[in-house]
Amino acid sequence: MATTWQEVFELGDGAPAPTDTPEPEERRGVFRRLRANLSKSRSALADELTASLGDTLDAETWERLEEALILADVGARTTAEVVGRLEGEAEGGRLEGPDAVRGRLIELLAEAADPGDGRIDLRQRPAVVMVVGVNGSGKTTTIGKVAWHLQRELGLSVVLAAADTYRAAAIEQLEAWADRAGCEIVKGTPGGDPGAVAFDAIAAAEARGADVVIADTAGRLHTHGNLMQELEKVRRVIAKRLEGAPHETLITIDSTTGQNGLRQAQAFSDAVEVTGVVLTKLDGTAKGGIALAIASELGIPVKLIGVGETLEDLRPFDSREFAVALLGD
Amino acid sequence: MFDQLSDRLQSTLSEVRSRGKLSEADVDKAMREIRLALLEADVNFKVVKSFTAEVKERCLGAGVLESLDPGQQVVKIVNEELAKLMGGAARDLALASSGTTVILMAGLQGSGKTTACAKLAKHLAKDGRSPALAACDTQRPAAVDQLVTVGRQAGVPVYQKGTDPDPVEIAEWALNRARAEDRDVLIVDTAGRLHIDEELMDELARVKKRIKPHDVLLVLDSMTGQDAVNVADEFAERTDFDGVVLTKLDGDARGGAALSVKAVTGKPVMYASTGERIEELERFQPERMASRILGMGDVMSLIEKAEEVSDQEQAEELERKIRKQQFTLEDFLKQMRQVRRMGPLNNLLGMMPGMGGAMKQLKDADMDEGELDRLEAIILSMTPGERARPEIIKGSRRKRIAQGSGTSIQSVNQLVKQFGQMQKLMKQLAEGRMPSPEQLLRRR
Repeated sequence: MATTWQEVFELGDGAPAPTDTPEPEERRGVFRRLRANLSKSRSALADELTASLGDTLDAETWERLEEALILADVGARTTAEVVGRLEGEAEGGRLEGPDAVRGRLIELLAEAADPGDGRIDLRQRPAVVMVVGVNGSGKTTTIGKVAWHLQRELGLSVVLAAADTYRAAAIEQLEAWADRAGCEIVKGTPGGDPGAVAFDAIAAAEARGADVVIADTAGRLHTHGNLMQELEKVRRVIAKRLEGAPHETLITIDSTTGQNGLRQAQAFSDAVEVTGVVLTKLDGTAKGGIALAIASELGIPVKLIGVGETLEDLRPFDSREFAVALLGD
Repeated sequence: MFDQLSDRLQSTLSEVRSRGKLSEADVDKAMREIRLALLEADVNFKVVKSFTAEVKERCLGAGVLESLDPGQQVVKIVNEELAKLMGGAARDLALASSGTTVILMAGLQGSGKTTACAKLAKHLAKDGRSPALAACDTQRPAAVDQLVTVGRQAGVPVYQKGTDPDPVEIAEWALNRARAEDRDVLIVDTAGRLHIDEELMDELARVKKRIKPHDVLLVLDSMTGQDAVNVADEFAERTDFDGVVLTKLDGDARGGAALSVKAVTGKPVMYASTGERIEELERFQPERMASRILGMGDVMSLIEKAEEVSDQEQAEELERKIRKQQFTLEDFLKQMRQVRRMGPLNNLLGMMPGMGGAMKQLKDADMDEGELDRLEAIILSMTPGERARPEIIKGSRRKRIAQGSGTSIQSVNQLVKQFGQMQKLMKQLAEGRMPSPEQLLRRR
């Protein structure tokens, strides 16, 4: 489980030495904030838990636990699985008292949230990362922040591909981020071919010996067949231009998203082989439980989380910390 | 895992329906299913609880259990309660009879405010109004540029002063300008903000106080989960919004959030955004939405859409051609395009009564949009002569068409063969002989 920037990015040989090592103290600070944000919800899971775990464990306990997880957008199926296992273990006499149940619940949630390698593969030169997702899920902002971290903190050179040629002013928005991160940007024309922009960005990265290409794509609803085909085409163009690329395909999921997030992840995965989730906007009262459902039902790991507006507010995902935060501690 | 809410309710209730007589245990079972289905549809769980309690009470009372068709009665009650929850009849904007009506748009980041502003402006312009847009999102990079661009698409002026001035000042300046230029509606775009961000919520309240909008609209993503009620509650408290614009309804989200927001805040959904294009904003129809959730079909919407795109003369011409067996691939292409103009097939199917359950098979079969794109491409690669008489398509023509359309020779063959079968069926129909069910059902 990757918990620091150094760990979350697999940089491979010849990568420049990191210029900054985050202190453990800082990490705890971020999660303290995350927990504080998560527990702001009026019907905090913690209240539900305290209420249901205080007395003896009975049918109502499990029902209330289920409700609490559903309220966090974890979803019926994953909730039933987690609570079912917890109930089985409690009945088998393996869990004594509310504290043990609680501890085990955190373990089970963390397990469910962690289907495997959560690292981001940047070993190739250039490594190509494609970012996809529905409209308004935070793609461009995420790309800006990732570029900033790679460029400023890890000393890599980044080229952004402004392949969202559809949404009005998307290119300008990415340009503003490129300025802040101090990285290159390859632009097309509004309404132009997004594949061509990605193609040119890879060519530019190769010519300049850049380390990473991050391709922004237009937000699209996964139900629009023609737009999903366009996305498949962008991926094909990238793969044709550079063997093995894209090395990572990340989907941004807004943490306020409900059960539809599963369909989003599934549909994008079917189209462009998603390798990881970026869970955005975790600084509100939404708990982002849908990420747990995506990880556990579809096996797609969460790799990064966005907890605020500033550049530092993008963090590596840690399933255990996330599970604890989810329970509102 | 991805059963539609309507499928779930229908299968539960069809069990009840086929039984004839209901027991209290039956009702309980149906309620459990409904509860789960609504939760999966992202309806807030507190809303779900009170909803199922209400429905159950009505089901157990008033002689439903003893009625001739209790299953039907339960369906009716669920539908009625759902419609009640969605907000009764649609509500209109409070447009001032003289002067400039001010509409303030607010919402979370990424909910679709900027696009919704332009769509609403276009919608009002179509109704004979002369709206203008005010760019008060000074937070997100390039948000002003975006509003200027979509404003141009909508054909309405955008009043902007960059990102340096305070949004309150920009809003007031824009309102004065709208009045001076005799604009009867001013739609004010604001920055996306978290409902718990004190500073930005305060700024929104200040904008509201300064320009005194006639309507405040909350823009809400239809994919929002359980948190929708917290968001709506907070925005209601700080801005006392009047209604909701539900965005991204062209996705497959079940839209339970809309139900929750209405139930918790009492604020109705006024508009729904249903597509990528600037015209795709509709007045929200609560009864229709409830029916659609229940899989009872939204026949009204379907008929309206069909009326919008079809043309009586064309239909008569088509009938004549079928009777005279002159139906060509050219006509087929025209028909296909007409149907597609009504919107994505899956949307249309969802509106048809009883199609909720059938949708999945159709999706798995060859009803997807991509297949239709390929068919179009093949026909478009044919010469007029080939479209009129597909039987002349042989060897080299086949190869040319396959290359021209980027498909394969097999695909071209298949289309020509299917079209031949279709012509045969039409011939039989025209001669008054009904084809056998097998013939009608054979798809390939």
